[in-house]
Amino acid sequence: MLIYAVNRLALAWAIVVVVIAVLFCMIYVIPGDPVRIALGPLATPEMAASFRAKMGLDQPVWVQFTRFFLGILQGDLGRDILSNRGVATSVLEQLPFTLTLIAGSMLWAIAIGIPLGCYGAIHRGSPVDRIIGVLSVAVIAVPSFVVAVYALLIFAVELGWFPAIGAGRRGEPLNQLHHLVLPSLAVGLGWVGYLARVVRASMLEVMGENHIRTARAFGLPRRTIVYRYALPIAVLPTITLLGIGIGHMLSGAVFAEIVFARPGVGKLVYDAINARNYPLVSGTVLITTGFYVLATLIADLFVAGLDPRVRASLR
Amino acid sequence: MSVQASDSAVALGRAPGWTAVSRGFADPLGRLGLALVLLLLLTAVFADVISAYEPTKMLPRDRFLGPSYEHLLGTDQLGRDLFSRMLHGGRVALMVAFPAIGISLALGIFFGLASGYAPKWLDNALLLLFDAIRSFPTVMLALALATIIGPSLQTVVVVVILFSAPAYARIIRTQTLALRSAEFVLASVATGASIWRVLGVHVLPNIIGPILILVSMDLPVVITTEAGMSFLGLGVRPPTPSWGSILNDGYSFIRESPWLAIAGGLPIIITTIGFTFLGEALRDAYDPKLRKDG
Repeated sequence: MLIYAVNRLALAWAIVVVVIAVLFCMIYVIPGDPVRIALGPLATPEMAASFRAKMGLDQPVWVQFTRFFLGILQGDLGRDILSNRGVATSVLEQLPFTLTLIAGSMLWAIAIGIPLGCYGAIHRGSPVDRIIGVLSVAVIAVPSFVVAVYALLIFAVELGWFPAIGAGRRGEPLNQLHHLVLPSLAVGLGWVGYLARVVRASMLEVMGENHIRTARAFGLPRRTIVYRYALPIAVLPTITLLGIGIGHMLSGAVFAEIVFARPGVGKLVYDAINARNYPLVSGTVLITTGFYVLATLIADLFVAGLDPRVRASLR
Repeated sequence: MSVQASDSAVALGRAPGWTAVSRGFADPLGRLGLALVLLLLLTAVFADVISAYEPTKMLPRDRFLGPSYEHLLGTDQLGRDLFSRMLHGGRVALMVAFPAIGISLALGIFFGLASGYAPKWLDNALLLLFDAIRSFPTVMLALALATIIGPSLQTVVVVVILFSAPAYARIIRTQTLALRSAEFVLASVATGASIWRVLGVHVLPNIIGPILILVSMDLPVVITTEAGMSFLGLGVRPPTPSWGSILNDGYSFIRESPWLAIAGGLPIIITTIGFTFLGEALRDAYDPKLRKDG
C-alpha cells in the first residue's frame, strides 16, 4: 500500500509540475503579447514598457519560468490587476461557494442515482428498468448549461418556484438552500444517470457472487441480502467515479454559476476574462486544476486502500 | 446466433465491424439514434432549401414574435428567423466537429502507436504528458485558451484537439501494448518487417474498430464543447448562428420570450441524445462484452 501511495503521489506531483509548465507556456510562448492582453490595444509604448518591467517580462524566458514556479510554490499567484489584491486570496474566497454547489450536485446524484440503479438491478428487464436505462443515457448526454437554462426557464421564470439569481442571503441557511436547488440540479442531473448505470451494473455483478448465493441458500430475506450484503460492495466503484466527477462537476459548476449569477470560482474566472484580468484567470485555472488533481489522488488512494488489485496496477 | 454471424464474417475475410453496424441498427434505440443523426445531417446540409430566411437577416419590426406559419419558431431579439438560425447552427456544429475529431484522431493514432511501441522511457514521458493535459478541468482550459488566442471557431477546434487527442492516444496505446506481443505481430517482426509495416498493416487495423465507435460517442461531446464555448461568447462570433449563442440569447432574453432558449437548446439535446444512442448501440453490437447490462 505504501509503495502504491508513494508512486501515486509522485505521479500527481509530476502532473502538477507539467500543468504549471503548460500554463507557463500558454502565457508566454503562444503568440499574443501578455502586455497587449492585459493593457488592451490603446496602451502607449511607455505604459507597456513599465508594465513589462513591473511583471518581470523583460527577463529571459528561463528566469521568468523559475520565478513563476517558485512563486507558485510559495503560494504567490500574482496580483489581481484591477483590485491589486493577491490572486490566491480572491480565488480561495470564492472556492467555498463552488464546493457547496458541487456537494449539492453530488447529493442529487447519490440520492436519486443509487436508488434508481439498485431498483434497475433488482427488477432487471422490467419495463421500469428499461425506462430508467434509456433516461439515464439521455440525461448523461445533455450538457449542464442546457439543463441550467431550461431549469431557469421552467422553475424560476415560468413557475416561480425557485429564485433565479444569487446564492442566497448570508447567515440564512434555508434561503441559501433554496438558491442551491436549481444550480445543483443542473450540474448533478447527468450524474444521476451516470451513477444509476454504474450502480446497476456493479449490483448485477455482485448479486452473482458466491457470498450472495450463500446468503440466499441460508434463506435470508431478499431485503437483507440486497441492503446488507450486496449494496455496500456495489457502491464501491461510485467512489472513484465521484472523485473523477469532482473535476467534471467543476466544469458544470462554471456554467451553473454564470447562468444563475452565483458567486464562485467559475463566475470569478468568467468575469476576469471579460475584464481582461489576466493574472486572475491563470491563478484560478491553476488552483482549480490543483484541486482537481488532489481530488482524483484522494479517490485513487481511497480505492487502493479498499481493493488490493488496484495497488498492483501501478507497479 | 450472433456469435456465429460474426465468426462467419471473419471467415469470409470481411471486417467484423460491418456485421456489428448492421446488428447495431437492429436495436430500436440505435435506429432512433441513427434517425436523429440523419435528421441533423440533412437539415444542416439543406438548411438553405428548408428555410426561406437568411439566418442573419434582421427585421427590427418583428422582434420576439411567437411561432407562426411564417416563422416556425418565432424570431429573436433582432427579428431574425429562429428556425433558420437553428438549422444553420447545425452546420456550424458539424463544421467544428468533423475537422476537430479528424485531426484529434490522426494525432491520437500517431502518438498512441508511438507510445505503445516505443521504449519504456518515451512511453512514460508521453503518458505523463497525456495525463497532465487531461488533468485540466475542461472548461478552465478552454476559458484560458480563448483568452489568449481570442474567441473564434479555430479556438474551439484547438480546445477539442487538446482534449480528445490525448484521450485517443491513451486508449490506442493500451491496445497497441496488448497487441505488441501477439504472435502474428512477433512473426511479422521476425520476418524483418519495418516498424511502419508492423504498425500500419498488423496493429492499426486490429484496433481501429473500437476507436471509431469511441469517436462516434465523442461527437456529441465535441458539439457540446462548441455550443458551450459559444454560449460563453468564446466560440463562434456573431452574427454567425451557433446553438450555443442562440441559447445565450435565450438566456439573456429569458423573460421576453422562451422561444430563443428552445431554439438553442432543443437541437443540442436532440443531437447529443441521437449520437449517444447510436454510439451505444454500435458499441454493444461490436463487442457484447462491453455491455453494461450483461
